[in-house]
Amino acid sequence: MQKKLLVVLLIGTMLLSSLTGCSSKAPKDTSETNASVTKAAKTEDTAATDTEDTGAEEAGAAQGKVLNIYCWNEEFKSRYTDYFEKAGKLPEGISVNFIITPSDNNAYQNALDQALLNQKSAATDDKVDMFLIEADYALKYVDSEYALDVKGDVGLTDGDLADQYQYTRDIVTDSNGIQKGTTWQATPGLFVYRRSIAKDVLGTDDPDKVQEALNDWSKFDQVAAEAAAKGYKMLSGYDDAYRTFSNNMSAPWVDGNKIVIDDNIMKWVDQTKLYTDKGYNNKTSLWAPEWAADQGPEGKVFGFFYSTWGINFTLLGNSLETPVSEGGKEEVGNGIYGDYAVCRGPESYYWGGTWICAAAGTDNLPLVKDIMLTLTCDPVTMKQITEDTQDYTNNMTAMNELANSDFQSAFLGGQNHIKLFAEAAPKIDMSNISSYDQGLNESFQRAFKDYFDGIVTKEEALENFYKSAIEKYPELTK
Amino acid sequence: MKKERQKIVKQKGVSYAKWGYLFLIPFFTVYIIFSLIPLISTFYNSFFENYMSGLKRIGPNFIGFENYKSILNADLLQYMNNTLIMWLMGFIPQIGVALLLAVWFSDLRLRLRATGVFKTIIYMPNLIMAAAFSMLFFTLFSDSGPVNNILMGMGALGEPFRFLSSVWATRGLIAGMNFLMWFGNTTIVLMAAIMGIDGALLEAAAIDGASPWKVFSKVIIPSIRPILIYVIITSMIGGIQMFDIPQIFTKGAGSPDRQSMTLIMYLNNHLFSKNYGMGGALSVILFIISAILSVLVFASMNKDMVKRKGGK
Amino acid sequence: MKEKRDSSRLLLNMRRSISYIVLVFLVFLCLFPFFVLLVNATRSHPDIQKGFSFIPGGSFLTNMVHVLNNENLPVLSGIVNSLFIAGMSGILATYFSGLTAYAIHAYEFRLKRAVYLFIMLIMMVPVQVSTLGFVDLMGKMKLMDNFIPLIIPSIASPVVFFFMKQYLDSTLPLDIVEAARIDGSGEFSTFNKIVVPIMKPAIAVQAIFTFVGSWNNYFVPSLIIKSNSKKTLPILIAQLRSADFLKFDMGQVYMLVAIAIFPVVLVYICLSKFIIRGVTAGSVKG
Repeated sequence: MQKKLLVVLLIGTMLLSSLTGCSSKAPKDTSETNASVTKAAKTEDTAATDTEDTGAEEAGAAQGKVLNIYCWNEEFKSRYTDYFEKAGKLPEGISVNFIITPSDNNAYQNALDQALLNQKSAATDDKVDMFLIEADYALKYVDSEYALDVKGDVGLTDGDLADQYQYTRDIVTDSNGIQKGTTWQATPGLFVYRRSIAKDVLGTDDPDKVQEALNDWSKFDQVAAEAAAKGYKMLSGYDDAYRTFSNNMSAPWVDGNKIVIDDNIMKWVDQTKLYTDKGYNNKTSLWAPEWAADQGPEGKVFGFFYSTWGINFTLLGNSLETPVSEGGKEEVGNGIYGDYAVCRGPESYYWGGTWICAAAGTDNLPLVKDIMLTLTCDPVTMKQITEDTQDYTNNMTAMNELANSDFQSAFLGGQNHIKLFAEAAPKIDMSNISSYDQGLNESFQRAFKDYFDGIVTKEEALENFYKSAIEKYPELTK
Repeated sequence: MKKERQKIVKQKGVSYAKWGYLFLIPFFTVYIIFSLIPLISTFYNSFFENYMSGLKRIGPNFIGFENYKSILNADLLQYMNNTLIMWLMGFIPQIGVALLLAVWFSDLRLRLRATGVFKTIIYMPNLIMAAAFSMLFFTLFSDSGPVNNILMGMGALGEPFRFLSSVWATRGLIAGMNFLMWFGNTTIVLMAAIMGIDGALLEAAAIDGASPWKVFSKVIIPSIRPILIYVIITSMIGGIQMFDIPQIFTKGAGSPDRQSMTLIMYLNNHLFSKNYGMGGALSVILFIISAILSVLVFASMNKDMVKRKGGK
Repeated sequence: MKEKRDSSRLLLNMRRSISYIVLVFLVFLCLFPFFVLLVNATRSHPDIQKGFSFIPGGSFLTNMVHVLNNENLPVLSGIVNSLFIAGMSGILATYFSGLTAYAIHAYEFRLKRAVYLFIMLIMMVPVQVSTLGFVDLMGKMKLMDNFIPLIIPSIASPVVFFFMKQYLDSTLPLDIVEAARIDGSGEFSTFNKIVVPIMKPAIAVQAIFTFVGSWNNYFVPSLIIKSNSKKTLPILIAQLRSADFLKFDMGQVYMLVAIAIFPVVLVYICLSKFIIRGVTAGSVKG
């Protein structure tokens, strides 16, 4: 009995010590923030008037002491640390604070929205200075007063932005044609196919000839039938091709308040249903273990739609027989390393990407400008990022330089895929995005999964889509 | 000494009611601040059109019962039905197994060994967070997961059974997870109750040569009634509030065909647009359902108590 | 006579065997998720992506090092925070709900029935119902990014109250309270010195339930907590799961889940012996 009591006591003291640890710390913290708040509040008045008429340089002296960046993972933080902070560009006396909220259950947007809505009343050093967004919901923030004009407010020039791919600018351009964000990466997508399967089905694995065979969707379907006849699957899952269709819609998802289902989206539905019924696909979903397994040595799938980041990381990892962490090497002979190649595929599309916005009300405008300039406009830095991380960066000059070099990817059997990316990226047209894309694309794919699975009819699936869409966006109508 | 006795006598006449009120203060202060105020504002909001369109707030505009109308016109009954079915599918085996185990553990004649270990282990699934649990089940029952592999290896299946694309398999797995997470909890609670039964009563029954079933139905069940009611009510609350597991397991879609969408998942869908209006109306409806259920249980419990007192 | 005894012994043996078979099966079901979790924590991300395996992989240390050395993933402070929040919630919920239950159980006052009914009613209200209002209110009260909204509300836990009330109904005769009064004990000290010890098993049971519930809670903390140093384990797990493609690593996710489960299992095993002993002691006395 006494032993047990001891255990309980131990736990109790443990809790108590953490309690006192906290409480002794807490007052210090508040006094600190209080002090900085009053300090900042004093400088705020002058800063606000200064930034308007004097240039950013002079206002630098009156900057807030804390730069708050809202984001959902560490990707940008590592870019920032490696190419801005380590390059010695952070002015002394300013600390950068990353507020990372995971995107699970919409937590990131909830936290960001709340912070932005409280922006006016927040203490200077608690204000959001920068925040990160994804393309699918970019317009929600871009079309609001909370994101600053990167030219008019932040101070980037047309010259600074000229080298960015147009589609990356379109995604963060508001309804008045004002660009309100900028990104360091471009994420054009390609069709990655298995050389060995292409040889078996088409008699060739040459990227140009394969591209010719897959140049449009009807040709693509034909190859799917031929592949199936030889015991292969054209695609792995229902949603593999979705982005190529949704990126090429003829009009935005929403017209006024009415949801419009584009013909191109219905083409995806019909194609996927056909593929499912005829056994041209494996009924998997993106990121499912089955989907990943289809990319490995045991896979029998002709190809996958993948963008820049997916090929050198996800696909490469999945293709190995023995993973790197278990002593495997990234070389021919380990799994199907070297058996993949890329071609443009039937249509241009992009997949992924993260944009940076400057928040209205920031007290660190000069620093925000510096970060944007260095990470998203500076060709030297961006080329360095690509060379170090294989991330495809958003700078045409730097990327074209690599595209025209003798760069070879051993993983893709010696192909220079940067060249294809550089060709594909300018062709992406994202003028038809809407602020509803994230929710509607998600709801649509989920609703139609049941249709492909044969559980509901097409009409029922549409009905379920509308239900879910209007739950998410009450202002919309059928 | 005399003085003291006088004091006691005096105290007997004193009402202790103020102590009752006093002891309720912490509970109610906290409840009012952290729950009641948000709850009332939630109810109040149900009569307004009030949601976020992007970063813009639409409303609040008073619209009377419009929100209620649109909820009742939606598939509310379907979601109630889903919730009820999945709860029953989990709860019936849960209470059955828990009763059985609790009786076995406390049966002196059965003299099971290592019960401590068993008791400790059966509660352990409850320690895994629901998110991790659903993640695991998702892997186990995926198309190429181990369950399919084993079934195919045994020759029971020609090709993988797609559990997550079948309405009843999905519901069954959700119920199964709930069962696995909670039956240990129920067993412990029931066991505590059975252990509290007067030993003499059980001994008397044993001497009378009562069969295990007789002892169970005539002695054990009536004695642990209050705790049984506790188990039923809390499980019912858990059922109405069923959310984490189906949410993560079906990735929030209640798939297939919204047939595993629970009431709270439906509520959660309205949180996406911070729809205070619809969310509020749904909350009021949930509150009414809950209130009816609790009044029913409460009434049956009271009747029960009266009967027992009468019996004494 | 002998025959009868034999047959009854046979019957008993049969019942015993059935019990063991059922128990072993259930134990298998209960431990299986832990097994899978541990196996996956030893596997690398590409390995996990390839499918399921019963055999542990060779990445246990790699995953462990990655999780613990990630500067954006304050695992240690996450454990301390979770321990603190869940521990305080457990203590506050059991103590104050016990006090409330005692108030209803031991005293006669006019609003008693109304109060009891009221608590029964609110017990049914799902937490999610008032979440929007709750988070708004916390923002107005300047309690965002603070532990208070995660700890203090557990003082008013209707479900814990209900259990305590049921427990008191069956274990605390009012004579004991009366006797304490005659001994000159104050009302509050009667509760602390006499009632709390009697309720020990109930407190232990509910302390575990509350502790685990709070330990595993993601929804509310994810809306309240912002700064890295205050994050709890479920938030960190979600953060790992929404990592970017470069860092996304299911091996690490499973490792962190395993790390998150370990302390709970430890606390549980400590308390569970306490409960079982408490329950047995109670029954012997009874």
